[in-house]
Amino acid sequence: MENKLMDSKYFFYRKKITSSIMMSLTFIAALAAIIPLIFIFYYTISKGVTYFNFNFFVAMPKPVGESGGGMANAIMGTLILIGLGGAIGIPIGILSGTYLAEFGNNKFGFLVRFMTDVLSGVPSIVVGVVAYTMIVIPMKHFSALAGGIALGILVIPTITRTTEEMIRLVPSSLREAGLALGLPKWKTTIAIVLRTAWKGIATGVLLGLSRAAGETAPLLFTALGNRFWSTNIGQPMASLTVYIYDYAKSPFEDWNQQAWTAALVLILLISILSLLFRIITRSKYKTN
Amino acid sequence: MNNELSDSIKDKLTRKLISSHNMGDFIFEKLTLLFTVSVFLLVILMGYEMYQGSRLSIAKFGWGFLSSSTWDPVQEIYGALPIIYGTVVSSALALIIALPLSIGIAIFLAEIAPDWLEKPVSFLVELLAGIPSVIYGLWGIFVLVPWLRQSVEPYLSEKFGYLPIFTGAPYGFGMLAAVLILAIMTLPIISSISRDVLKSIPYSQREAALALGATRWQSTLIVLKDAKSGILGATMLGLGRAIGETMAVTMVIGNRALISPSLFDPSYTMASVIANEFTEATSQLYLSALTELALVLFVITIVINALARLLVWSMSRKWKTS
Amino acid sequence: MKVKSILAGLLLTLSMSVVANAQLQLNGAGATFPAVIYSKWFDQYKNMTGVQFNYQAIGSGGGIKQITEGTVDFGATDGPMTDQQLSEAKSKQGSEVLHIPTVLGAVVISYNLPGIGKGLNLDGYTLSEIYLGKITKWNDNAIKKLNPKLNLPNKAIVVAHRSDGSGTSFIFTDYLAKVSKDWSGKVGKGTSVNWPVGLGGKGNDGVAGIVKQTEGAIGYVELAYAVKNGIHYANMKNKTGKFIEPSFASVSAAAEGYAKNTPADLRVSITDAGGKDSYPISGYTWLLVYQNMKDGAKAAELVKFLKWSLTKGQAYATGLYYAPLPKQVVKLCEKRIALITANGKKIK
Repeated sequence: MENKLMDSKYFFYRKKITSSIMMSLTFIAALAAIIPLIFIFYYTISKGVTYFNFNFFVAMPKPVGESGGGMANAIMGTLILIGLGGAIGIPIGILSGTYLAEFGNNKFGFLVRFMTDVLSGVPSIVVGVVAYTMIVIPMKHFSALAGGIALGILVIPTITRTTEEMIRLVPSSLREAGLALGLPKWKTTIAIVLRTAWKGIATGVLLGLSRAAGETAPLLFTALGNRFWSTNIGQPMASLTVYIYDYAKSPFEDWNQQAWTAALVLILLISILSLLFRIITRSKYKTN
Repeated sequence: MNNELSDSIKDKLTRKLISSHNMGDFIFEKLTLLFTVSVFLLVILMGYEMYQGSRLSIAKFGWGFLSSSTWDPVQEIYGALPIIYGTVVSSALALIIALPLSIGIAIFLAEIAPDWLEKPVSFLVELLAGIPSVIYGLWGIFVLVPWLRQSVEPYLSEKFGYLPIFTGAPYGFGMLAAVLILAIMTLPIISSISRDVLKSIPYSQREAALALGATRWQSTLIVLKDAKSGILGATMLGLGRAIGETMAVTMVIGNRALISPSLFDPSYTMASVIANEFTEATSQLYLSALTELALVLFVITIVINALARLLVWSMSRKWKTS
Repeated sequence: MKVKSILAGLLLTLSMSVVANAQLQLNGAGATFPAVIYSKWFDQYKNMTGVQFNYQAIGSGGGIKQITEGTVDFGATDGPMTDQQLSEAKSKQGSEVLHIPTVLGAVVISYNLPGIGKGLNLDGYTLSEIYLGKITKWNDNAIKKLNPKLNLPNKAIVVAHRSDGSGTSFIFTDYLAKVSKDWSGKVGKGTSVNWPVGLGGKGNDGVAGIVKQTEGAIGYVELAYAVKNGIHYANMKNKTGKFIEPSFASVSAAAEGYAKNTPADLRVSITDAGGKDSYPISGYTWLLVYQNMKDGAKAAELVKFLKWSLTKGQAYATGLYYAPLPKQVVKLCEKRIALITANGKKIK
């Protein structure tokens, strides 16, 4: 009797102990994920800060061996490329997302949904290859436009899916109210549904664009790079990411340092982008 | 049957009536449809373009392209086996590291952490997903690779040098570096989707287990069993990401088409071959072989993503309907 | 008010015209070998004339490919295009492609051996054995024999080579193929070959990076990259049996030896040159230009620049560890440049 009790007690404690060990292991796993993050941020900030000054934002890159210089052209280039990517990806993404939510409950909708999922899984380098063969070769020119189109293709799936999901979240009572007021469906969708879902859609757009800002692979064969200041989208264009890639594998200490600074600027740019969107979306919501 | 038919005719009639009243709706639907079709066509067009581009190579090498192991631009012989090997092995090993960690994180976030802890930790893990891959590569070159070369690899070869996976010179650059970077990069994807999957399982499942005297771990195991297919789907999405990852891998993997058991040796992946060689493939056949690699990569990622979505989708449907 | 708006209008047109002037941009891509001097030249030239030559160092293979596809205004390579490539470019772009040498360079064998410092001696055959994977340790007898005074470590040799198509690789493999039958049989020469061993780095900078960051590494890079990085490089035994340190003088010696036999199209290899002061792994680097260009303004600027590079530009060469072109070769270059036309018309 006593023995049995002991056994079950032992069993009970063993169970308890296993449970707490496993549970603490999950905590360690969470920590393990955060450690590389801390490392990456630590190095980017501590190494990037050396060249992080006003000059970096306004000066142009110097030839090899001359110290100093900045990446004004690459910062501008990245902004232009994101802009182009957005100009192409946002309308396609939002309109196709709207279609899927409003009219897409059929086989075609299912197929398109599948296709956007496929597109979101396509490696960005493959998109670069396609942009090279379809745009650069026929245009006979490496260009920011080709890079922007490649980025645009990459942001479409994120925007399409979030738009669809956000529109579906809009309560049907709102829609019915619009229709009851005699508004046609398109006006209801634009004035009520899209407006209500605006915040969510903006988040999707932001997510897509900040991904685009960090893309390198699709730019290698499209926007190529530029040592000079250029805002002409028909010409090759510099970007922060391509500069980071080029400078990281260079043997020049000076350039290695600048790669870290460029990385820091890129991370800041992405953070500002998200902050900006958050502020806009918030204020918009309050006035509503 | 007849009734239904007349109903649908009626329906169509009223629709037509309404739409003739409202040109705007018609335009709106067709306009959004146009853009939707463009997305659809885009994917088809991409596949078609790559197929066209790789016809030369397909005609010359056939299936041998996938099974032959010489990648020699001078002799114009292109066999992608070592490259496919490098891609598959680096991704698979990365998942072996990332999967248990991700499940741990997902359990921690979904089952254990209180709200105030869950939010910041999820945020931090998701931040990992937001870091551009070229920055991972930069970090890899200047922090991870020197560390591997100076500390980790010499230690491993001294203690475990009898294992074939830890032989050869400690370059730093190579399979091991790529695997570690890929593991870090896939971690946030797998863990955040797994967390959502775990959360989608009704709380009653856990309560039932706890009521029967199960410990928290035992109840978690039960929940994990229910979440199996969803987590598998998340893993496949992570796999898709790892296979297509370009910059970070190119910067640390050593870039040589080589099949070697050692984790210290350089390797090559499909994406990094394309990144390195695509702009300079001087002959038509070379270009075609590279395009075929892109096509293979495209097809593989489509299959993986389709499977993954199917798994995640079947999972969420299961709990919605029940 | 009126004055203000007129002023503003004037300013606007002025700034527009400045922009328009500054925006004549020629795009080029190719070899990383001469990238250091090109970045200097193009920076100087832009400061002097406002004309932008945007050069992206993507590798010689890339330079050939892009000039063939017509996606750039000029290309650059260290390995001359083959006849087949030339005819392909002509059929695609409707114009001959000319090779214009710009400077000469040396491919140096850089190494990272702490405690050894400068002064490692190598010969072509031993080098080929290292790159074939037959010699794997630094204290191998073959290397010891060439360096009786050095205390070579018992360390694995980490071989580094280019992962991209490269003229530097062309010069290097061209040399190895000349000195080793094994090499020419098994690997051959080319801008990208199937390397028997080693790590691949992208660009001269990629290889220099590996050598710099890895103990026991050996890699071939262009002289300027080795010097700028403070990595050591080996003296190579030339045809006469002398160990020669790579320098612009020893490279010029190699070129001068060949200058009289230079063909009119200027595609010539000068590796393994005779002459007692010649450095054996030397080579030209070329700009690739269309003989007939479609854009008159661009053609005129390109010709102007090429002439500048052959005269004043040459002065920058030695400071950046390239060798200037021998006088006879400059004359040959000028003849080739005179062939450039815009839509069939001569350029003044």
